[in-house]
Order: sequence, then C-alpha cells, then structure tokens
Amino acid sequence: MGTVTIRLPDVGEGVAEAELVEWHVEVGDPVKEDMTLAAVMTDKATVDIPSPVDGTVNWLAGAIGDTIAVGSPLVKLEVDGPGGTEPEANPQEQLQTGDDPSERPSENIAPAAGDQHASQRADKTADDHFRSTVPPPRAPQRKAGEKPLAAPAVRRRAMEAGIDLRRVAGSGPAGRILADDLDAYLEAGDTTAPGRAAMVDTTVTEVKIAGLRRRIAEKMETASRRIAHITYVDEIDMEAVEQLRAAMNKDRRDDRPKLTLLPFLMKALVIAVREQPVMNALYDDEAGILHQHGGVHIGVAAQTGSGLMVPVARHCEARDIWSCAGELARLSEAAKAGTAKREELSGSTITITSLGALGGIATTPIINHPEVAIIGVNKMEVRPVWDGSQFVPRRRMNLSSSFDHRVIDGYDAAVFVQRIKTLLETPAMIFVEASA
Amino acid sequence: MNEMSCQFLVIGAGPGGYVAAIRAGQLGLDTVVVDSIKPGGTCLNIGCIPSKALIHAADEYFRMREAAAAEAIPGVTAGTPSLDWSDVVGWKDGIVNRLNNGVTGLFKKARVKLVEGRARFVDGKTVIVTSETGEQRISAETVVIATGSEPIALKTLPFGGKVISSTEALSLSAPPETLAVVGGGYIGVELGTAFAKAGSRVTIVEAADEILPLYDGDLVKPVRQRLQKLGVTVMTGATAQGLAGEDGDLIIETTKGEERRIACDRVLVTVGRRPVTEGWGRDELVLEMDGPFIRTDDSRRTAMCGVYAIGDVAGEPMLAHKAMAEGEMVAEIAAGHRRVFDHRAIPTVCFTDPEIVTVGLSPLGAKAAGIETTIGRFPLSASGRAMSLDREDGFVRVVARTDNHLVLGIEAVGATVSELSAAFSLALEMGACLEDVAGTIHAHPTLGESFQEAALAALGKALHV
Repeated sequence: MGTVTIRLPDVGEGVAEAELVEWHVEVGDPVKEDMTLAAVMTDKATVDIPSPVDGTVNWLAGAIGDTIAVGSPLVKLEVDGPGGTEPEANPQEQLQTGDDPSERPSENIAPAAGDQHASQRADKTADDHFRSTVPPPRAPQRKAGEKPLAAPAVRRRAMEAGIDLRRVAGSGPAGRILADDLDAYLEAGDTTAPGRAAMVDTTVTEVKIAGLRRRIAEKMETASRRIAHITYVDEIDMEAVEQLRAAMNKDRRDDRPKLTLLPFLMKALVIAVREQPVMNALYDDEAGILHQHGGVHIGVAAQTGSGLMVPVARHCEARDIWSCAGELARLSEAAKAGTAKREELSGSTITITSLGALGGIATTPIINHPEVAIIGVNKMEVRPVWDGSQFVPRRRMNLSSSFDHRVIDGYDAAVFVQRIKTLLETPAMIFVEASA
Repeated sequence: MNEMSCQFLVIGAGPGGYVAAIRAGQLGLDTVVVDSIKPGGTCLNIGCIPSKALIHAADEYFRMREAAAAEAIPGVTAGTPSLDWSDVVGWKDGIVNRLNNGVTGLFKKARVKLVEGRARFVDGKTVIVTSETGEQRISAETVVIATGSEPIALKTLPFGGKVISSTEALSLSAPPETLAVVGGGYIGVELGTAFAKAGSRVTIVEAADEILPLYDGDLVKPVRQRLQKLGVTVMTGATAQGLAGEDGDLIIETTKGEERRIACDRVLVTVGRRPVTEGWGRDELVLEMDGPFIRTDDSRRTAMCGVYAIGDVAGEPMLAHKAMAEGEMVAEIAAGHRRVFDHRAIPTVCFTDPEIVTVGLSPLGAKAAGIETTIGRFPLSASGRAMSLDREDGFVRVVARTDNHLVLGIEAVGATVSELSAAFSLALEMGACLEDVAGTIHAHPTLGESFQEAALAALGKALHV
C-alpha cells in the first residue's frame, strides 16, 4: 500500500493556477483509472482532471472556489503497491507513506480539509457556483388537517408575517417548525400566500462569487479600470440587409447554415478594420505597444447557462459569409453545451456583443480587454422614418460600440461606425469589398 | 341621557372582558367596560376565587379535625378545632374585595373607563347602560360581548328556598348539616367536598354512571375513594325529581326506577352553566348562534362587523383562562394586530380532592381520533414527595404519538397537582416530544418529577417504577 499524489496538471498555456469548481469524489471513495476526480476552471474553460491510477481517495486539496496552483497536490490516493509516483514535498507525509499501513489512518492525513469538503458537499445545490447560504425550503410533511407544530412565539411571528404555518416545513423533532424554519421560509419568499402583509425584509443572503462568475468579475474589473471607454451609438436602416438575408436564406443550399444578422456584421467588420487596422488590435498598455492583427478573430459574447462566454470565430478575413455563419452556430452551440475548448474561448481581436431580442435601444459595452473595440447590437424594430414627404415604416437598429479612447479618438470611432453603417445599409458592398 | 363614545366597548367585566379592556387600554384604545357587578365577573366574585378560598379553609379545618382524632401524621395532634363559617366567608369576601379593587386599579392604570350598570344593545355599535343614576348611551367602533354564563336551573328544582346555586353556596352563614348536591360535575364535587370537610353530611346525586363524567375512570377513581373516606354518599344514575313539599326531602329516582328520599337542609344544584345570551338586547343585533353560544370565527368575530364575542358566551370550554386569552386577542386585533385563537392546549383543573388536571388529548380521545399512542404513567405512590406530603393517591399520565413521540395530552390526579398544569400546558404549546420532557431536569423532590417519570415510562425507560 502507498500513496499517490495527483498534482494539478498544466491545464493550458500560460496558466499558473486554476479554480476548483467541482469535486467528483469524496474522501474514502474508490476511484478507477481515468475516472474524473475534479473539475477546475482556468481562464474561461473548465477542465476535468482524471485519475491516472486505481485507488482510494484519502485527501482532497480544498473546497470549491479555492484556487490551486499548477503543480501543487490536488488529490491523494491510497493505492496498492509502493505509491508515491510523484515525489512527496511534505516530510510528514513522507513518513505516512511508510511500510506499516496501520499507522496511517486515512482520516489523520488531512482531517480539516476532509471535513471542510464534507460540509461543502452537503450544502451543494444544483447550481453550485451560486450557492446560497439558505437551503431551499422543503415541502412540509404533514397529514391534511394536522395542525402545524410550533412554539407560540413562532406561531405569533408567522401570524404577523401573514404566513400560514401549514405551508412551512419543520426541521425539529416530530416535524416541529423552529424559528429558523420560519426564517428560511420567509427568506425564500412566500409569494403564493394569500393576503400576505408587506413586511420589512432585513435578510442578507451571501452568494459566493466563484468559478466562471469570478472570472467574469475579474475581467470586467480589469477592463473597466484600465480602459478609457468611449461609447458611440448610431442608428442603421436594416431594410436592405434584411431583404438580402431573407433572399439568401430562401434559396440557400441544404448544406449551408441559415443566416442570421451576425454574419453580415462580421463581414462588415472585416472590411471596416481593413481600412482602420487600429480597431483590430490588442493594446499592451504596460509595454506601450499596440499589436495590430492582420487576422480578424471575432469574439461573439454569448450568454450561457453558467454565465457570459465569448467564443471566437477565428480568421474571419478568410471566411465567406456562409463559413462565418457556420462557425458562429458551431461555437455558440459548444459554449452553451459547455464543450467549448479553451482555444475556442480565447484569442479574439475584436468583439461583437448582442442580447438578441433583449437588445434594448442603447448599451454601453465593456471592451474585452486587451482589445480596443467592441460592437454592441441593439434591438431591431420597425420605426417611422421621414422619407422627405411622409413617414414610412422601416426596420431600424442601433449599434452601440465602445472604443479604447487611449488609442482611438472619437473621430476615428465615428468613422468606423459610419463605415459599418454604410456597408449594412448597402449590403452589396460587403460582397464587393470582400472580393476587392 | 348622557352620551359617550369610545373606540373599544366591552360588555361584561369578567376574566374575558376585563382582560380585553386592560389590553385595549394599554394599546392606546379609548376603552369603556360595562358591568352591573364589581369587576371580575363570575370567576372572581362567585366562582373560581371564592370557591377556592372556601375549599382551602374547609381543608384546613378538616386537617385539624384529623389531627384532633389522631388520624393525621403520627405525632401531630391537636385539640378540637372550631369553625366559624361566617368568619371564613368574611375572609373569602376580603379576598374577593381585594381582587375587585385590583382589577379596578388596573383599569385606571390602563385608562379604561368602568361604567356600572346593565348594558342593552340598541344596535351593533351602541348600547344603553341602565344604572341607579340613570341611563347612558355609549357608542363604539368595536364592541366585545363578554356576558359570561350562569348556573342552569332544573325545572324540578327551581332556585329558591333551600334550593341554591353555587353563588349562594359560597355565602352561606354556616355549613348546612345535611347537603344534597344535584349534579356531580366539577363544581358540585368541589363544593360538596368542601362542605363535607366543613362538617356537612353530603350526598352527591349524579344522573350519569359516574361523577365527573368528563374524565375517564382512572382519573375519577382516587376522587371517589377520597369522597368515601370523607363520608360523602355518591348516588350515580340517579335523577332529581323535586322536593317533597315546599321544604321537604329531595326525591330522586334511581336507574331502576325506584324512588328515594334524601333528607337535606340545602339542595345545591350544579348541573352546569349556560351562556348568558338574554337580557342584553341580543335581538337588536344580527348574530349567528352556535347552539346556545354566539357563533364566532377563530378571531372571535361574530356575524356582525366590529362585534366580537369572547369567553363563556362564545363557546366551550367555559373557563376563565380561555376567556382571558380571547380577551387579550380581540383587543390586539382591534388595535390593528393580526391574531387568531390558535392555542394547542387549554388546561382544565378540578379542585376536587385529589385535584385533577388535564391538558390535550386523553388516551380515549386519541384513540377516537385514530392516533396510535404510547402512554406513560407514573403513580404518586412511587414519589418521595407525595409520601412526605402524606398524599400518595394519584398519578401522572402522558399520552404521546407512537410514531414521533409528540406529546398529545397530559393528565394528573393528586393532591396539589393543579400547580403542574403550567408545565403540562407549556409542553403541549411548545410541541414537546417525550424526549424533551424526559430530558428536562425536574427538581427533586417535587411532584413535578412525576411528569418526567411518566415521559420516561412512555419511552420504556422509567427509573423509579
């Protein structure tokens, strides 16, 4: 018998640490080779860590949300044979890999970490990234007609809050409703109770910002702190591009994807940045160097079940509109399914952000640092437009675009957006210019 | 006619009414309470309090007689005691008077106006109070009917002459030489016992098969044994037919149809009480009734907006402490709070000898409700404290659900066990399980330990039996 220490592998280029987002095992669990032990999150990708050997878990590195450095111990397994396939750093743990297994009760190795893990596990809910401190209220288990069991003080408080205690589950002996049960019920919000009195709510629920949410928070903070944003909004007439899009979709070949608006915008961007390469750049503000890229790698911000992700359509300058559409569909599918690879979630040089039907009239997009421009797509709607003699209904849409004012002046930003506007309002130019 | 208006008007200053008035006053409502007798109602003037005073006095006298007859604790003897019943009644009246004044003082403190007189409703918001000084019209936003209850008379034995109710029994100048008690409920047995201890020869006549018919045989048995020891004759299954002549013997008929005559100086009729729903203008209101009682919801609202009914007039159990809880509740509702009558336990106490306390479900009640129960019982004969009090008769019994050990009911019979009612009620209100009671350290040596032991017994872990 011996101990094998599994260390956090290098999970991506330039990644020095990763955040634990899920344990798939607990102390004491038997594991097989290739079984997933844990999931860690790097920049924007989640990586499963498999077990290299068969064994039994006897130590886990920490709790969900902890940051683990690459190369540091992640899991320790008790295995048949000598173990220690990786050198032990801790002399005390070296001792424990000695010959006499009876002197090595597994719970002595790292009880604190184990306990902590157990409690985390118990609290785990379906959405473990956003774990609330309040467990969801359970349904009461009481027979019809049976009076809810609660102390008079609890009954009084419930009465005053307009809560029918028959709806509240009791965690006490014999199903007694404790003060805490009532608190939990009140915090969860009893919206269905008839005639509930409005009451002051003094509760504060702690939500741990972990995993992807924390990554987003850090990125947003960096972008907001370092970049001097300027946002420019203009309105675009969408009739022409929408008519073209409808025609192209109607006669498209079966092997071609259905076109949405975004591929047109992507192609327009490619043309516009060709004329203003400063827009398609990464600004290394510490070195004072702007890296203008020839390749147009367009990040498309997408809302997924676990949060905001930005899959990247690479080399759009070399793609036709169908290819852009296909790549976009594939990437957003992968991002939503959580199967996007790390390289598919990084490396963009300019970003488009769209909230679809929720697009609003105008937004103030935050630039995807260290990029220098982001194009925000607002809601398309029919608006009355004065054509010189009367109002006519036209499909119109705003673009809200932000630029890094440190390297881009307002004038340049306006020229850039005007160029995109012209291209979208006269969409034939997109295809003429693309082949030019 | 004087006119007065207020926010909160209470008709009747008994335990329900006076508590409602005090609480309303404390909550800042402009409050008026009306009664024709001194505040405190039946309970304080002609019920609970005076009867307990006389019961205690008779008991003291009886102990001295036991000591004089060398029947008390060995070594404790006394000369022949004497009893001046009119002094005892004077002492009792002193207690009642002090408490009347106490309630009046509480009214003042809570800025409640007490109006003496008989109230009669004109409509749902207005009463006319008639007193020696004339009539007064009082209108109010909220009205509370707390008119209480009165003794039921028998057609065959109308009150008057030697036939008395509990009210007169509390103010006799001397214990009657012979007393027939018609009705073996708790009032009849309490007063019958007291008069027996004070020297009367007492016969209790009960139509049902057993006295104290609300309780099961186990609880009644120690009382029956004590009555026998006191020389009280108990006739069950017997109905009173009337008096033989205006001042003659009491004629009763046994279950076998035989007629018997009981010689007696007084006939105390205690066949129950009924709510007072007449004499205060109920016809002027549109109230729904529930049998003899005014129908109310669980906040004691009647069918009329802004009219509440509490206490004996609003339904069983006709007990002072129930009325008090209702009174407090309706005052708080009138002051804008949300309240319902949502109590798990209303204890009942019989100040018989020995006393009987019950709270919650009896074993039979639980069975009737279809609940599988576990019962724990602890006899006072195993209690050191009971021995040292020279009263080993009685027991404490706990009824709990078998599945989750929730305590459903607690009953006790024994000398001075009325004081255990607080612990019993608290256990039920808090939703205690057997383990809660068993896990609470009860002071030794007290009768209260028997509660813990009964819970332990129900868990199969009794220590002292």
